Amino acid sequence: MALSTEDIKKIAHLARIEVSDSDAAATLTKLTGILGLIEQMQAVDTTGIEPMSHSQELSQRLRDDVVTKTNLRDAFQKNAPALGNGSTAPAIAGGLYLVPKVIE
Amino acid sequence: MINSSLTNNSLKQLGDMLQAKKISSVELTQSFLDRIRQYNPSINAYISLDEAKTLTQAKAADIRIAAGSAVPLTGIPIAQKDIFCAQGWQTTCGSKMLANFIAPYDAHVITQFDGAGAVNLGKTNMDEFAMGSSNETSYFGSVKNPWSFDRVPGGSSGGSAAAVAARLCAAATGTDTGGSIRQPASLCGFTGLKPTYGVVSRYGMIAFASSLDQAGPMAKSAEDCALMMNVMAGFDERDSTSLNRDKEDYTRELYNSNPNKPLQGLKIGLPKEFFADGLDANVATVIENAIAEYKKLGAEIVEISLPNTGLSIPVYYVLAPAEASSNLSRYDGVRYGHRAAEYTDLMDMYCKSRAEGFGAEVKRRILIGTYVLSAGYYDAYYLKAQQIRRLIAQDFVEAFKQCDVIMGPAAPSTAFKAGEKVDDPVAMYLQDIYTISTNLAGLPGMSVPAGFASSDDGKSLPVGLQIIGNYFDEARMLNVAHQYQQVTDWHLRMPDLNAPEGLE
Repeated sequence: MALSTEDIKKIAHLARIEVSDSDAAATLTKLTGILGLIEQMQAVDTTGIEPMSHSQELSQRLRDDVVTKTNLRDAFQKNAPALGNGSTAPAIAGGLYLVPKVIE
Repeated sequence: MINSSLTNNSLKQLGDMLQAKKISSVELTQSFLDRIRQYNPSINAYISLDEAKTLTQAKAADIRIAAGSAVPLTGIPIAQKDIFCAQGWQTTCGSKMLANFIAPYDAHVITQFDGAGAVNLGKTNMDEFAMGSSNETSYFGSVKNPWSFDRVPGGSSGGSAAAVAARLCAAATGTDTGGSIRQPASLCGFTGLKPTYGVVSRYGMIAFASSLDQAGPMAKSAEDCALMMNVMAGFDERDSTSLNRDKEDYTRELYNSNPNKPLQGLKIGLPKEFFADGLDANVATVIENAIAEYKKLGAEIVEISLPNTGLSIPVYYVLAPAEASSNLSRYDGVRYGHRAAEYTDLMDMYCKSRAEGFGAEVKRRILIGTYVLSAGYYDAYYLKAQQIRRLIAQDFVEAFKQCDVIMGPAAPSTAFKAGEKVDDPVAMYLQDIYTISTNLAGLPGMSVPAGFASSDDGKSLPVGLQIIGNYFDEARMLNVAHQYQQVTDWHLRMPDLNAPEGLE
C-alpha cells in the first residue's frame, strides 16, 4: 500500500521521533523505495510454513536464584545526560533521574 | 622510524617475537600507535584512541611475558570495533546518541581479550549502530579505503576493515548482522569471519538486530582469524543466546593436511544464484580463478542452488529493522545518551532527543521497523518474513547434503566510490545480497582475499571469496581458507598508503 506523509508522521510518533513536514516528505520517498523492495515477499506462498524467529532452537536457560549483580548506580549515573532547558548539570538527583513532570 | 614490516607480521610471528623477547609489547604497541598517528588523520579508521590506557596494557603484557604466563595473543595490539563496551573507554557505536558515553563495564569480547593479555589499541569507526555498508552513516565521519582513498571501505565494520588493511592494528574485531564483517573484508582485501550465531557472546555488544548480530575476527590471514577465534569464542551465561559448547581450538585443522592435495575430497558447492545478474564481471573472473585454484588443491566442485537467495534482502529489511526499532527504543534521553537541549514535556523530550541523536539511516530503519510491527501489518510483513527466513535456512540444509562448504563472491562489486550510493538506500542494501542469507540462517561465513579486479575507471581493487560453512564448521572453513593462503599471496598484498590513488 502507498504511504502518505501523514502515515510517516504517525509512524514517527509511534517511534517517538520528531519529524518536520519537509523531513516527512523526504522520508516518504526513501521509505516507499524500501517498502517496494519488501513487497517482493508477497509473491511467495508461505502457507503452512512455521515462522523462524531464531537460527538456533533454544529454550531459555534458568539460573540459580542468587544475587549476581552488584549495585553500579554511581558508575551508571556518570553517563547521565545534561538536564537541558538552560541547565548543563547532570539530570540526576539523590540517585534518581530527572525528567519533566508526568503526574499533576 | 616506523617499522612497517613489523606491523605486517602475522599474529603467530608477533607472538613468537614477544615470547622470545626480541621485541616488547610496549615497543610493538608504540610502532602501531606511531603508524596510527601518521595515517589515521587521513583514513579515519579510529573514533577513539587513548595512548595512556593502551600503553598501560602493553606494560602489563610485558610483565606477564617476563613471568612466563603468556598465551598466544598476550601483548598483541588489537583494534576494537566501537560497538563493544570497554570499561572507561568512550563507546559510541558511531552515533551522536552515544557520543559522550563512557562504558561502565566490559563486553564479553573485551573481557576475553583482556584475559588473554591482548592490548586494546583503540575503538574503530563504524556505520551508526552498524546500519550501513559503506561506513558513511557514522556520526564521526566516513572512512577511507586504504587501497583507494576515493572509495568506501565497506561497512558496517569499516573502521576495523581500514585499520587491518592499512596495518594500523595487528588484527581487529567486527560484528556482522547482514555482512558487516565479510563485505568490508572483501572491499579492503583481508580475511574476516562471521561465526555461527551464538558462538561469540553478545554481552556488552551494542544491539542492532539481536537474532542476527554476531561478532567475529578481522585479520590478515585465516590463521590469524583462528587465533582470534580462540580468544573470542566461548560460552557466556550473560547472553541468553550464547551456546554452551565445549571450548574448541580453531587452529586444530590448519597444520595436519596432506601437503600435496591438502583439500583432497573437499566438496565445494557453487550456488548458481551467486553467479547470476548483478555480479560484476571482473569480480566473477577473480572468483572463478580462485575456484580453479581450489580444484588444484584437490577439491571437487558441485553445482548447487539456493533458490531463495533473492528474498534474503526483503526478509532482512523487515526483520532487522523490526528488531532494531525495539532495541533502539532504549535511547530515550533519560539515563544516558543524547538529551535535547530544549524541550517542553516528557513526550517532547523523547521525540526531540531521538530526532537529534539518530542519523538519517538509523531513523529510516526505526521507522520501517515500527511500521512492519504496527497493528494490522504484523502478519503481512513480520510473520511473512519469518516464514521466508525458514525457507532460506532450509535452502542451506538441502545444499549441505551435497557439499562441505559453499563458495561464491562476498560482495557484488569492488569498493564503490564515496557518496555513490548514499542517496539510494536500496542500492546500498543490495551490497549484502551474498552475505545476508547466512545471517538469516545463522551459519558461519568468511571472506578471503582472492585477487584484484579492475573498476570502471581502471583501478585495481581487492575482491573477496566468500566461504560459507555448516553450523559450527569454522575450524574446517579456516583450514579451507588457510590452504588457499599457502598457495596464493593475495592476503599478503598491502596498499601503498603514500600513494593510494596511484595504483593503476
